[in-house]
Amino acid sequence: MNGVALYLRYVGASVRAQMQYPRSFLVLNTAQFFGSAIEILGVAALFGVFGRIRGWSLGEVAVFYGVINAAFALADAPTRGFEVFGPEFVRTGAFDRVLLRPRTTALQVLGYELRLRFGRLLQAGIVFAVGASAVRLSFTPAQVLLLAWTLAGGVALFSGILVLQATLSFWTVDALEVANILTYGGVQAGQYPLNVYAAWFRDLLTYVIPIGCVAYFPVVALLGASDPLGAPGWLLPLTPAFGFLFLALALSVWRLGVAKYGSTGS
Amino acid sequence: MAQVVVEGLRKTYRVAVREPGAWGAIRGLARRRWREIEALAGVSFAIGTGELVGFIGPNGAGKSTTIKILSGILRPSGGACEVDGLVPWRDRIRHVARIGVVFGQRTQLWWDLPVIDGFDLLRDIYRVDPARYRRTRDELVGLMRLGPLLDQPVRQLSLGQRMRCEIAAAMLHEPRLLFLDEPTIGLDAPAKLAVRELVGTLNRERGVTVVLTTHDMQDIEALARRVIVIGKGVILADEPLDAFRAGVLAERRVVADFAGEAPRIAIPGVEERAREGRSLELAFDPARIAAPALIAAIAADYPLEDIRVVQPQIEEVIARFYDLHGAGEA
Repeated sequence: MNGVALYLRYVGASVRAQMQYPRSFLVLNTAQFFGSAIEILGVAALFGVFGRIRGWSLGEVAVFYGVINAAFALADAPTRGFEVFGPEFVRTGAFDRVLLRPRTTALQVLGYELRLRFGRLLQAGIVFAVGASAVRLSFTPAQVLLLAWTLAGGVALFSGILVLQATLSFWTVDALEVANILTYGGVQAGQYPLNVYAAWFRDLLTYVIPIGCVAYFPVVALLGASDPLGAPGWLLPLTPAFGFLFLALALSVWRLGVAKYGSTGS
Repeated sequence: MAQVVVEGLRKTYRVAVREPGAWGAIRGLARRRWREIEALAGVSFAIGTGELVGFIGPNGAGKSTTIKILSGILRPSGGACEVDGLVPWRDRIRHVARIGVVFGQRTQLWWDLPVIDGFDLLRDIYRVDPARYRRTRDELVGLMRLGPLLDQPVRQLSLGQRMRCEIAAAMLHEPRLLFLDEPTIGLDAPAKLAVRELVGTLNRERGVTVVLTTHDMQDIEALARRVIVIGKGVILADEPLDAFRAGVLAERRVVADFAGEAPRIAIPGVEERAREGRSLELAFDPARIAAPALIAAIAADYPLEDIRVVQPQIEEVIARFYDLHGAGEA
């Protein structure tokens, strides 16, 4: 059985395990939906005061918001194993069990849990739909493809951040807090168009943690706008590739972490 | 033929030295000081196909480190090790596909899933051919009497039931080598007996090589024909269990019951070890007095009702051995 098929088997097991606790599933999803809905009210309130933000209308910001949140929600569901890797695998020694099985470590950690949380995704989808209809976004096949490619890049980037977080736990048990700054902080930052930020912060979000590449630049292309920051139009739809590059780099650092575990153990 | 070959295995860990107090913790962040701990200081042994070896030693002696290296989890600092021709840490994926490992304190099954679902997942993880899997699984289910447990979620099983499932789970891919780490820990007496019986059967009837780590010396007594004793990172003894026992405690024992209170016995070469009402445990040196002569001497002078020759308890042998080698808990 190849890796993809095995992953699907892991997913099936995880879903069945979670369905042992159906009420918890409902409560957590409802809570997540309302939790993130409050954030939108915050954004909307901001517009009530300023009208437009750096040339972007409320509808356009809603599209930025929807895309980055949807990407994060999609990445958050399958990467639970990496997120809790420090406390659940390293500290408990459960990573030994991973090493005892004839499969790659990353696949097994990925297979740990598919978290069934639809609250954030639903909410992101609603905001996106409202924003898209407000700016009369056209959904040609090319546009749909660009959206999917943008989301895929975003999922890759957030997964990469979580892989890095997990890797960090081979060295320190306090990796979670550091990585939360990057994931949740990244989502927060990516909700607004990049040109609202100071130059150094834009550079950080473009070249170091390329949130801008999976949210801002491709969404500018999606909206059919030209980039107020001056990025050439042909480059905009290509930038989500950096999300995949980031994930690839994160996975090679992961291998260093696994090797380190082999020399020190839990 | 040797299935496991270990030569001069060394493992040193580097641990951060923590300085006391808050100031020490802050200084530790900036400039860590390290201390080397030598967990294995040159360990060599070989295990042949089909053997059942007890691997024992006090806590911190290097047992787990050795097992972790043999099973591909850890990489040694020096020395060599091959299992079935593979270097465990270099060929991890190929190596672990051929071994089975049971940790008594951890589960390898899926806590919220029925046992059978976990077995099916293991089939796919280990790429076991479905027809072959069904046959092996049914055999194991029969052997370990798991039938009624298969549909229960793992979290609802008792510890003894779970351990039987764990051993079955470790055998689904038909490994030729099984590592058992504390397989009877926390089990009640009947469950311990059941687990020992299963392990014995797997070894005898299926020819599975077993390396058994345990603190329960009854496990060793019931199963192991050979013991490897490790202490402070070196092998202290590696011999058949009987030879080990005889070497550590040359004395032999008789337990005698008398009609009336147990008497004081003064025969050269004989020492009293325990007394309880009408019963007396005596140790004797077979080089100075043979068992029949001793029994005859006691029967001649005292109202003897029953007498039996016993072996010293293995716990006592081990304790004596650790004392001799200064190998108490590290």
